[in-house]
Amino acid sequence: MGTLTGRVTGVNGNLTKVSFQGSVRKNEVGYVIVDDKRLKGEVIRIANGEASMQIYEMSDGIKVGDPVEFTGELMSVELGPGLLTQVYDGLQNPLPDLAKQCGFFLERGVYLNPIPDRSWDFTPAVKVGDRVMAGDTIGTVPEGVFTHQIMVPFITKGEWTVKSIKEKGNYNVRDTVCVIGNDKGEEKALSMVFSHPIKQAVKCYDERLRPDEPLVTKIRCIDAFLPVAKGGTFCVPGPFGAGKTVLQHLEAKNSEADIVIVAACGERAGEVVEVLTEFPELEDPKTGRSLMERTIIICNTSSMPVAAREASCYTAVTLAEYYRQMGLDVLLLADSTSRWAQAMREMSGRLEEIPGEEAFPAYLESTIAAFYERAGKVRLKDGRNASITIGGTVSPAGGNFEEPVTQATLKVVGAFHGLSRERSDARKYPAIHPMDSWSKYEGVVDKARVEEARAILHRSNEVGQMMKVVGEEGTSSEDYIIYQKGELLDAVYLQQNSFDPIDAVCPPERQQIEFDRLYDALMTAYDLSDKKEIRAFFNQLRQEFLDWHATYFETPEFRAQEKKITDFYMTKAVK
Amino acid sequence: MQKVYTEIRSIIGNVITVRAEGIRIGDLALVGDSYASVIKLDKDIVSLQVFAGAQGVSTTDPVRFLGRPMMVSFSKNLLGRIFDGTGVPRDRGPALKENMIPIGGPSFNPSKRILPNKMIRTGIPMIDVFNTLVESQKLPIFSISGEPYNALLARIAMQAEVDVIVLGGMGLKYDDYLTFRDTLEKGGAMSHTVMFIHTASDPIVECTLVPDLSLAVAEQFALEGKRVLVLLTDMTNFADAQKEMAITMEQVPSNRGYPGDLYSCLASRYEKAVDIDGAGSITILGVTTMPGDDVTHPVPDNTGYITEGQYYLKGGHIEPFGSLSRLKQNVNGKTRDDHRALMDGMIKLYAQYKESLEKKSMGFLMTEWDDKLLKYGELFESKLMDLSVNIPLEQALDLGWEILAECFEPNETGLKTSLIRERWPKQEALG
Repeated sequence: MGTLTGRVTGVNGNLTKVSFQGSVRKNEVGYVIVDDKRLKGEVIRIANGEASMQIYEMSDGIKVGDPVEFTGELMSVELGPGLLTQVYDGLQNPLPDLAKQCGFFLERGVYLNPIPDRSWDFTPAVKVGDRVMAGDTIGTVPEGVFTHQIMVPFITKGEWTVKSIKEKGNYNVRDTVCVIGNDKGEEKALSMVFSHPIKQAVKCYDERLRPDEPLVTKIRCIDAFLPVAKGGTFCVPGPFGAGKTVLQHLEAKNSEADIVIVAACGERAGEVVEVLTEFPELEDPKTGRSLMERTIIICNTSSMPVAAREASCYTAVTLAEYYRQMGLDVLLLADSTSRWAQAMREMSGRLEEIPGEEAFPAYLESTIAAFYERAGKVRLKDGRNASITIGGTVSPAGGNFEEPVTQATLKVVGAFHGLSRERSDARKYPAIHPMDSWSKYEGVVDKARVEEARAILHRSNEVGQMMKVVGEEGTSSEDYIIYQKGELLDAVYLQQNSFDPIDAVCPPERQQIEFDRLYDALMTAYDLSDKKEIRAFFNQLRQEFLDWHATYFETPEFRAQEKKITDFYMTKAVK
Repeated sequence: MQKVYTEIRSIIGNVITVRAEGIRIGDLALVGDSYASVIKLDKDIVSLQVFAGAQGVSTTDPVRFLGRPMMVSFSKNLLGRIFDGTGVPRDRGPALKENMIPIGGPSFNPSKRILPNKMIRTGIPMIDVFNTLVESQKLPIFSISGEPYNALLARIAMQAEVDVIVLGGMGLKYDDYLTFRDTLEKGGAMSHTVMFIHTASDPIVECTLVPDLSLAVAEQFALEGKRVLVLLTDMTNFADAQKEMAITMEQVPSNRGYPGDLYSCLASRYEKAVDIDGAGSITILGVTTMPGDDVTHPVPDNTGYITEGQYYLKGGHIEPFGSLSRLKQNVNGKTRDDHRALMDGMIKLYAQYKESLEKKSMGFLMTEWDDKLLKYGELFESKLMDLSVNIPLEQALDLGWEILAECFEPNETGLKTSLIRERWPKQEALG
């Protein structure tokens, strides 16, 4: 098949108009050839017989009349063994390899093979004559601790028959391992690598299920009060400096997912460097191997071309879907979806579309919804359950949650972890606002009791507000105790010290025990009347709980401290 | 060889259009004798942004395309020199033509960056002790107009231990420019300084080129292994210039008239800050004036999302609360063993002083503890916060201990006992 070519007729920023003859698909990939460089772009509109292409690179140097090659293929990523541990840009260019080839800078027009060129121990899972469909496993290779399934490409249509399959053995990732044919006499040679269009959700599963199982993050405030479910979605909006990225890194480190994909979308390069330096040193809580072995990083930092930023979120979610098809629980963390939305806004402006609120395009909401809807818990055809959980940060302008991106996101997510400047200024971390935030999922502790605890927090907050006006002396002892109970809950349960080796990671079993003890302490009526006495009592109780956090779980010290706490507050309990 | 076009078809704002073929986007051209760059191509219609402004441009003025993008000369000869926003000398020295490099080059590969880990000493306690500046950090000074931010920048330029200083001035008042020049000359820092200055009276387009010129030059020095400090003042003027240009080009504004790509515009400049694996580094210290002291204004807001903290200049000193250096943890663990603890302890006490001050102003009864805090607060403000204080880090830490000892008993400071035993100035008080 000869490639279709066109000619550049106009350039505006990274939007290029191209005249062509023949057939061009919307969203197909093309290359503008500038001198000896091939700049990748995507057709995003066809109007008046001309295709408008967004160029994923800096467009400097393009001139009218430059040739354009159309590939006939949609913007795709390559899927195959070896994706884990990689660091890609938004178009799946491996950055360390790029550095080897081009040095310090991201030279444009250089596209490297995303899947490492190496051999794998292949074990066939089908035999000649078997009937297969899209997403069916034809064999497996071991990738780190995972059994990586080699599958029939997800875009394959209809039923096919296996014509030949390689025996168990060591093959290069791009060797043909299987040939399949269909009733029409077509044949396809399959290697371990295939590609999939990034904007097409993978649907090779039996059924979508309700996300009903908590995804443990080991952050108390989230797991107990604002839980996230496997297959659910959550968003983390917050002003700058409130700790969005730190919170996401904690989630990436400690959550009990099989695979974690970090999409650094339009944020600081320094933060990616932190992940790159830190993760290989850390241990995966599930397998004990290096944390990097379960991680893929997609990094399109703020100074990289904007059009590729738009693609990077889709690249990340497509990789997530690929690993979900292997029966794994995948966590996708996107930081930040606002930058992604801004990339859409820039493109929309260049296309001279009619702007919506704050100049965001009218399709902002549906695009955000479609992205988050690619999360979900599914039952695969072989009966196993698997999931993709998506967590996105939002960077609202001025920290004001009323802006379009936050609002559009809140409509579609299952949990909202709103960060507050007040809490981060007061060094109360994680700075998730316990009252404004919400979650629709089940957590690790009993929901009814969490609600009772939350009610105390609400009452305590009201008393606190009132006290600002009438002072301590104008507050009754009963109210003052409620106030202190709320403060206690905040200080010893909602706040967590991520720098402390023990407190940073709180397993669900520990959370249950700690919550039970705290719940009991909160529900107990105390025989205290003097404010000074009340304050001293709660200060002491808080200290005891904090000391409890500093003991290792299920050691004698841990149990001794729990008993000490109980004994302490029972001395003042109303008999 | 060079074809001259003499039929300008339209002149709108600073943008002119002309019919021409074979022109590349981003190329430089001469319109009359002013530089211009190609910003849009539509068939044979070429739109050009005229750097010096289109005022007085005639429809028959000659347009010559130079066939290359905007470039700047890079060599050792730059040091000690002052240029304007298009790279033309301001200091009566010779124009530099050798070794031309393009500006606004590609982004740095994140996998070649290293974790910032070296402190930059400035001699200002509020920076060195409380919000340490780190090599390769990008940090703005948030300030309202009228604060001495340029004086602060000039002082940092004089005292910072770096190899090269690049100063980019945008929309500077002429006398501010003269002050910068004279201060650096007098202090002897001019010999390792390059200045790209756009003053308030210069054409607006040139303002938008200043950061790119400064950073292109800085990048080359850094690749040669130099530690470069880039000072940009004032980035709000840069953003306003972008706004003005976007609106004349009929782009849809997003927030308070600023273009939708303001974030990317600022980020692509600030992200040039880098610590290069195996070479030098670029540190960026910018000034962002906040119209009306409003931190939610689009320019400081977008800047805050990009940079690694901020210095908040208010009332003539760097505020301890609004200010934050996100990278200080990378370095302040290895300066001196008491650095972190003293920093936290002193700030916590200062926060309590603020509460006492509030209580006092509302007429509540002052306790003995309140009086101690009030004394502490005053000493803290006059001996450490004042911008004229100029002492090295170690001396500042010692001074911190002295202030604590003058105001408090050891157990009132909330500091670890072991540290107090080691550092408390009045050892006899420990018993």
